[in-house]
Order: sequence, then C-alpha cells, then structure tokens
Amino acid sequence: MNLHLKVWRQKDAKSPGQLVPIEARNIPEDASFLEMLDIVNDDLTVKGEEPIAFDHDCREGICGTCSLSINGLPHGPSETTTCQLYMRKFKDGETIHVEPFRAKTFPVVRDLIVDRSAFDRIQQAGGFITARAGSAQDANCLPVPKVAADAAMEAAACIGCGACVAACPNASAMLFVGAKVSHLALLPQGQAERTSRALKMVRTMDEEGFGNCSNYLECEAVCPADIPASVIARLNREYTVASCKDAVC
Amino acid sequence: MNSISSYLSSSIGRKWIVALTGLGLFGFVVGHLIGNLQVFLGPEPLNRYALFLQSLGELLWVIRLGLLAMVVAHIVFTIKLRMENRAARPVGYAVTNRRAATFPARMMTLSGLMVLCFIIFHLLHFTAHKIDPSFAHMTDAMGRHDVYRMLILGFQSKAASTFYIVAVGLLAMHLNHGIGSLFQTLGLNSAKLRPLWEKGGVALSWLIFLGYASIPVAVLTGVLKL
Amino acid sequence: MSAVLDSKIPTGPLSQKWEKHKFESKLINPANRRKYEIIVVGSGLAGASAAASLGEMGYKVKCFCYQDSPRRAHSIAAQGGINAAKNYQNDGDSVQRLFYDTIKGGDFRSREANVYRLAEVSAAIIDQCVAQGVPFAREYGGLLANRSFGGAQVSRTFYARGQTGQQLLLGAYSALNRQIAEKTVEMFPRTEMLDVVLVDGHAKGIVVRDMVTGAITSHAADAVLLCTGGYGNVFYLSTNAKGCNVTASWRAYKRGALMANPCYTQIHPTCIPVAGDFQSKLTLMSESLRNDGRVWVPKKKGDNRKPHEIPDAERDYYLERKYPSFGNLAPRDISSRSAKEACDDGRGVGPGGLGVYLDFADAIKRLSEPTVRERYGNLFDMYHQITGENAYQQPMRIYPAVHYTMGGLWVDYDLMSNIPGLFVLGEANFSDHGANRLGASALMQGLADGYFVLPYTIGNYLAPQIGKRPTTDREEFKRTEADVRARTNRLLSIKGKRTVDHFHRELGRIMWDYCGMARSEKSLQRALAQIPPLREEFWKNVNVPGEGEALNVSLEKAGRVADFLEFGELLCLDAFERRESCGGHFREEFQYPDGEAKRDDTNFQHVAAWGFNGEGEKPTRNVEPLVFEEVHPSVRSYK
Repeated sequence: MNLHLKVWRQKDAKSPGQLVPIEARNIPEDASFLEMLDIVNDDLTVKGEEPIAFDHDCREGICGTCSLSINGLPHGPSETTTCQLYMRKFKDGETIHVEPFRAKTFPVVRDLIVDRSAFDRIQQAGGFITARAGSAQDANCLPVPKVAADAAMEAAACIGCGACVAACPNASAMLFVGAKVSHLALLPQGQAERTSRALKMVRTMDEEGFGNCSNYLECEAVCPADIPASVIARLNREYTVASCKDAVC
Repeated sequence: MNSISSYLSSSIGRKWIVALTGLGLFGFVVGHLIGNLQVFLGPEPLNRYALFLQSLGELLWVIRLGLLAMVVAHIVFTIKLRMENRAARPVGYAVTNRRAATFPARMMTLSGLMVLCFIIFHLLHFTAHKIDPSFAHMTDAMGRHDVYRMLILGFQSKAASTFYIVAVGLLAMHLNHGIGSLFQTLGLNSAKLRPLWEKGGVALSWLIFLGYASIPVAVLTGVLKL
Repeated sequence: MSAVLDSKIPTGPLSQKWEKHKFESKLINPANRRKYEIIVVGSGLAGASAAASLGEMGYKVKCFCYQDSPRRAHSIAAQGGINAAKNYQNDGDSVQRLFYDTIKGGDFRSREANVYRLAEVSAAIIDQCVAQGVPFAREYGGLLANRSFGGAQVSRTFYARGQTGQQLLLGAYSALNRQIAEKTVEMFPRTEMLDVVLVDGHAKGIVVRDMVTGAITSHAADAVLLCTGGYGNVFYLSTNAKGCNVTASWRAYKRGALMANPCYTQIHPTCIPVAGDFQSKLTLMSESLRNDGRVWVPKKKGDNRKPHEIPDAERDYYLERKYPSFGNLAPRDISSRSAKEACDDGRGVGPGGLGVYLDFADAIKRLSEPTVRERYGNLFDMYHQITGENAYQQPMRIYPAVHYTMGGLWVDYDLMSNIPGLFVLGEANFSDHGANRLGASALMQGLADGYFVLPYTIGNYLAPQIGKRPTTDREEFKRTEADVRARTNRLLSIKGKRTVDHFHRELGRIMWDYCGMARSEKSLQRALAQIPPLREEFWKNVNVPGEGEALNVSLEKAGRVADFLEFGELLCLDAFERRESCGGHFREEFQYPDGEAKRDDTNFQHVAAWGFNGEGEKPTRNVEPLVFEEVHPSVRSYK
C-alpha cells in the first residue's frame, strides 16, 4: 500500500518544527507502523536525507518507549502501543498525520522524540517502597488477599509511555500518578509511606507543569496498558486523606 | 495551616473545591426545582412556600451569600485550573481525535458561563424584578407576594420561556458531566460504583432538565394558567 | 598465548563456598564508602539492582543507559516468571534441586559454584521483590502462587501476570529512584557507553556519548560495572529490543576483557513466526504457554488442511511423543530443535511452512476459557494484534527465535572480568547458565548479581583501591576519547550508498542461516568467509546521514552494527572451535542417532574465553576447565 504521511520534523528542542509531507511507498499490510517508518527511513537515507527520528525499543508493547500521535490519537487507532499497530488498520492512499506527544512537560527533542523525564522525577519523589536489599522478611509472612494483589497488578501494569498525558485535553498526568499511587497503596507493604508518597508525588506532578484532570477520561481510552480511571479517583482520595492527616498529625 | 494552603494550591485540592461547590450548587438546583414544581399544585402552596422563604429573614441572606460564595469559588477555581490546563500544552496538535470525552464534558466552560449569564438574568427577572417591575407588586388574596401569578405571566412570554428552556438545557448539560465527575474528583468512585455515577448522573441531569422545562412548557401550552 | 583462567572459586564444600567467601571478603567501612565512585552501565535488572544496592550502601554511583528512562531496559519484556527455591508448594524443591536443574539445563557447561550460589540467593530475591511491592500472583488465601516452567518438575516459578520482567524491573527501578532522590546515584539516561578507560591495567572509567547533544565525555570511577545485556541482535531478528547491542562488551573485549562462550545462544521455542522481509523484530510468547498448550504438527507432510480439520489421530504431538516425562515442558533448546526438525521434514504449518501449532483447545476444555484468559489473556491479545488470529478458536502458530545469549564477558567468582575493576553482571556475563538457560532463570540471575552477589564481592577489589581513582584529565582518558571521536567521524564520513539496517539484515541472515539453531563445520566456514567482506563493505559503503553533534539515530545504529560485524565473526569462530553439541550450541556432526546433542566432555568440558590480539589478528582461545565435584555430567535426558 501507499500512504501520504504528514510528519512533524524538528531539528532540535530550540528550532521551530513543522509538518512535512512524506510519501510511504510499497508498504506491506502485515508491517507494523514502526516498520512502515523503517521503510520510509531507508528510502530517505538512500536519498541522502536524514531519517525521521522516533522513539522505540522493545517493539512488543511493554517498554513504553514508542510514542507518536497518529491522526490525532496517541498510539493511533488500535488500542495498543504504536509498535503493536499494524498497517492493515489503514487504507491504501490514506493521509496519516504523525506528530509527537504534545505537552509542555514533554518537550520535543527531535522530530517525533520527546523528553518524558518528568515521569521519572515524579517516581523519584515517592513512587517506591523503602526496602533495603537484605532486609526483607520471608515473602509469605505477609499474605496479600488475591483481590488486592490483582488490583495492585492492574495498576502496576502502567508502562509509563505518556499516552495519557498526550491524549488529555489538559495534558494531565493523573492516570500515570494514580496508577503508581494505587499500586503501592493497595498493598500492605506500601502502608508505611502511603501518606508521604501521595503528597510528594502529587506535589512533583504539579511542579512539573502537568494540567489538571477534568475527567474527560481520554487517558483511559488510549492507555495501552488498560489502566482504569478508577486509579484517578483513588489518587484524589489518597491525596485528600493524606493532606488531612498531614494537617492534623 | 501550611498543609491546608498547599492542599488548596494543588491540582487535586482545587478540583475538590470545584467538586464540593458543584455538589452544593447541585443541591440548590434540586431544592429549587422541588420548590418550583409546587406550581403544579396551584397558587396557594407556591405562594405559601415563597412566604416561608421570605420569612427566613437573615437566614435567607446567609443562604444567599453561601450560594454566592459557592458560585464565586466554583468559577474562580475553575478559571485558575483552566489557565493551567491551557499552559500545559503550549503547542497543540494539528489533528486531534477524541475517543472518550463527551460533548457535555468538552462544553463545560461554555455551558458554565452561559448558565452564569442566565442566573444573572434569572435573578433580575424573578428576584430583583428588574425586567418587569410590576412583578414586585403582585400580591394574592392573602396579601402575600403572588409568585404564582408572576411565574405564569413571566412564562407567557415566548421569548422568556424559550430562553429559560435553553438555559436549563445548558444547565442540565453542565450537570450531565458534572454529577459523575464530582464523585470521581471526590474520590468516591470505583470500578463497581462507576456505572452508577455515570448513568445516574446522566439520568439525573435529564430529570433536572425535564423538571425545570416542564414549567414554561406547561404555561405555554396552557396547562398552567391564571 | 593461551592461558588457563583462574575463576577464584573458594575452597570447601559446595554448599559452604558462598558463606565462606562472604566471610572472607573484604569489607569497606561505611564512612569510606562515599569516597568510592562506581560506574554502572545499563539499568536493567542487574544494573538497576546493583546501582540501587551500592547507592544504599553509601557508594557514589553513576548509572548510564541508552534508553530515555532506566525503566525501559529490556528486562522489562520478560514475560513468564522468576525461579526461586522457596518450596512453597511443598513439592520437593530445594536449593540443591534448583542448582541441579540449572546445571543440567545448562548441559553441564556452567560453573558449579556460581550456579549453587545463584540457587542459594534465589529465595532472598523473592523476599526482596515482595517487600518492594512487586505484585506477584497470589492464591485466594493470600499466599504467593507458583507455576511450573520448562526444564523443571516442581512449581517454583513466581509470576506477575505475563509481565513478570516488567514488574521486577519496576521494583528495581523504584529502588533506583529512591537512591537518585537521595543523590547517592546520579542517572544518565540517553547516554551510550562507547569505550572503557584503562589506567595502569585497571578499569577506571568510561567514555560516553550524550545521545541528545552528541557530546562525547569521560567519567572516572573506582570500578566499572557492565550490566549491558546480551548480544542476540547480532542475528538482526531476535526477541531483543531494537536498541540491545554488544557495544559495551565488545569495547571492553577490545581493551583486553575476555569474551567467553559467545556461541552459546538460546533459541526460544515459542515466538510468533516471521511474516516478511520488512520484519524488524520477533515477538516472543512466554514459554509459560507450554504449561497448558500442546505443541503439534500434522503427521502428513504438506498437510494444508485447517488445524481443526485435522483429526487427533493425524496430529503429531511430537514433544509428548519424544519426551513423555517432560512433554511440552522440555527445555528450550530441545523444543526449538524439535520444531526445526518438524519443519525441515516438511510438516511445518503456516506461510512458508515455518511454524508449528501450540494448541489450547484441550486446556480450554479442561480449565474453561475464562481461566485460560486469566492466565494468558495478554499473550493471546498480543498474538491477535500481530497475526490477526484468535487463539481461543484456533491454535497459535509458533516458531523458534533467538532470545537469550548465555555467553558473555568472562568473570570470576566475584563477577570481575580479567581486567581488574571491570565487573560484569546479568546477561552480559557468561557465568551461570552454561550452554542453555532454563526458563525463568534470567530474571533470577540479573537480580541475584545486582542485589546479593556484587555488593559483597566488590569490596575485595575496592578495599585496596582507596584513593586511587584517577581524574579524567589523565592521558588515558584523552586518548580513549580521541579514539571514540575518530571512530564516530569515520562512520559519518563514509557517506556510501547502503543503509546501516541493510548491513545488519545481511549479517543477521548469515548468522541465522549458518550459525542459528543448528551449525556445522561447513556452515560455519561459510559464515566465517562471508562476514569479513560484509564488514569491509560496511566501512566503505555505509551511509550515515547527519552530524555527530546532534541526536543521530543512524549514527547510534552504525556504531552498534559495526561492533556486531566484528563480534559475529567471533561468535562463529567459537562455534567452529567447539566441536561438540551442548545446550544451545548444536553441531550437526555431533549428535546421537535419535538427534540428541552429543557432548564431548573429554575435550570440551571447559569455558572458552577469547582474548583480543589486535585488528585483523586471530584472537586467542583461553580455557577455563570446568570441574564438577557435586554433580556428574550425564547425557541430558528429558525423556
């Protein structure tokens, strides 16, 4: 199949960027979207032009590296990561807009690559349980009800890709932060730092400059890891309870 | 003190204020509707109810100021949040596509602002009587302010009724997203509760619309008359 | 000059070696630890756990990764689980049994002492991960659930849905984050190590390239840890992430570190078959699928009927037939080779006949679809996404693919390479899996090295090194930096006609065809004849557009492929010289009449560790004899 791409090209963080029309020719339907870009890049390179820079790594939907807003949807039309999007989802001759994830907190590095280190900084603020290597008790000393373990796993499945921020009309990171806070708050191991974790992670999220949640639920709809929006409700609850505890104690 | 101010300056804290004031105002909307619907019982219950409200005296002013404060807080905090939301994406997308956000959800600011305009008109119309000053002097046989008469006369104007119906439509649209949303923001949501809030919120917003719209419609169709 | 290598295995009975060694190891006083700087390259399970543990202990750590965040290292993709000798199922598991299974699974080509230590610390890993909040699967009573895995007859595998690697990595990443916040670890994402710096024969720093700005800089340290993963991408198509590379290890090799057993590569039996030339990677389906799926091909050659049209009697459940006691859970190398045999026999299924069925019909009948969905839902979804087929209704098609590499830089019992101060952890070293790795053991090894081995053993090297850290002003740093710059400039200046991927694909084809699942003297000779001209053409005709002082994806790839083009030759040479079959290394000339691998314990019961002798020179094959005190190498039978 042949496709008309409109791809965001930007030399570096400081230069202005623009959408550039690029033709993708002879693309097999069984190719993934990123393999389509590989083919386009091969063509560009042979022509002596610089290939399109885009983030990707595992190409099996788990590392969270690939991004891209495809026709206005983060990760495109299939409810997975971009690397798991296959060209059979598109029609021959279609025009496809490929843009980077957009948010003040995700500045463009080059072309379609953005800097998502704000997510790391939020995690560093409190997205952990303090457990020094060597200090742990036997793993079965702390039974965790299956329901809680399953709910924690559901939240922990977040791959940190940032699609939630990219899809949110407000560029809010509530789904990401909610997932981490929920995962750890649901487990008995996470109780000791529960209050400080919620306070620190939300504070860092705000300082980074993410927008505020308006409950549009676009985040949930594009999340390739199926993180439910109930983690946002939990975060709202956790943070408020934590603030009350902090005010009183 | 410090933790309260930092809570109120946080995204979640401010959202809570918006949700709580929204909840309060929603309570008023429901109460006001129940009061208004007494119009279908005839002039006597409605005018008695109006007199009861008037007789609250200072307490009525406390309620009014409380409502005003909620409206102001609801708006001020929303404006602050909106400004941050805009700043959070300085460069927009050339193409956007939405999967989940409903039309009412995307129209919250607009519907809210229009409802605000309506409230101002509504207060001038039926409370301050600035649109038709004669409303202020209507009394019934018992010497009470004749609210029933005022309503019927007010809604016999097709323009006023249409405007009113459109406005309560916008209010209902605001609540369509607002009710479910406020439970989510207050953290009172979960996978199990979610359908209740979402569907319940939509159903309630429709009930509110039908309830409020029924009065001018009844007047225009002659079901309610003097 | 070939030398006999000293692995520095402690004396004494096997079960007491580690205890004894820990006691005899040098300690560093907590107040002195902050005077040491340690470089960790890589942030996967081994790197993140090592950096976090060392930071926690008080060392000053710098951690580097090429990804945009340490959370994205490829450990994240491991699906199935992690082994530990907890015996929570009361089914007869023990440290001794995990040790024995691992040694046997590795076809008696790994070090007894290392493997025993791995089995010993395995239980503490689970404790540590649970304490960090890793949401392992639980039973209704709240206790940890286990499942069985290839190569074992006990249930000792802990898992978190089909995302165990992800959850373990996020656990290690969270520990790392805590240290970054505490400022004991400084993190350098999007930074690629391009060389190691030796000062007076000790590894005392690295040269890196900032992948965003292109700046090439040096970092000095008291010790350097390479936790840079495996080299599966030498085959171009593998289950590795696109960025996985051998560069860090290969640079170390060229500075004198020994590369051990590179020919031990693991082919994973359950991957989604190749669809076309454009394909950029292969996707693995966790081998845990083999717990409930049954592998089969039609009995008849060229049977083109749809799978459900083939009656049971005309299906060959070949693993159950050939290996009745292990059945579909036979180890990876055996399962993979059996699949290849079936396909070579003309009984393969799907496009090109390069596939076998993995059928869940019986499991769905036995367990119900919801149960199967709960266990493997995400894998079935992934399969559907990629192939467009619904595996609840028709069997999956699978085919083997390169997955893991057991070989790597040679290390002693302390995980230190032959270069003092250069430590190698996780998949990047060669030590624990012998010629074949058992399922759910990679995660175990990565975390064992990082949390529980290196933090104890590094003291032996560091203690006498106090105050000896050089500054980057030294001549050695300048010289290495200049080497890196020259190489980068050379790649950029060729401006030939072919893309980097073209050469990588070509190399991959050679490697897979001649040095893949089965190797022979002839095929290896062919590979050894074809790689050097390809490499030569690369350096004449590759086109790396753009500049060095900017983000340049082609340049990054070119550097890695240039190293693969050298490394691939060494891999083939090692395969050529190892005239036996063992584990993942299957030489067609050396097999029993029934097709089983035939080891040659008399001549090859050793580790082959290759030493670099300069460009164009034949490397030296050094030998570390493997001594078995506890187990007796036998024919590895899974019948």
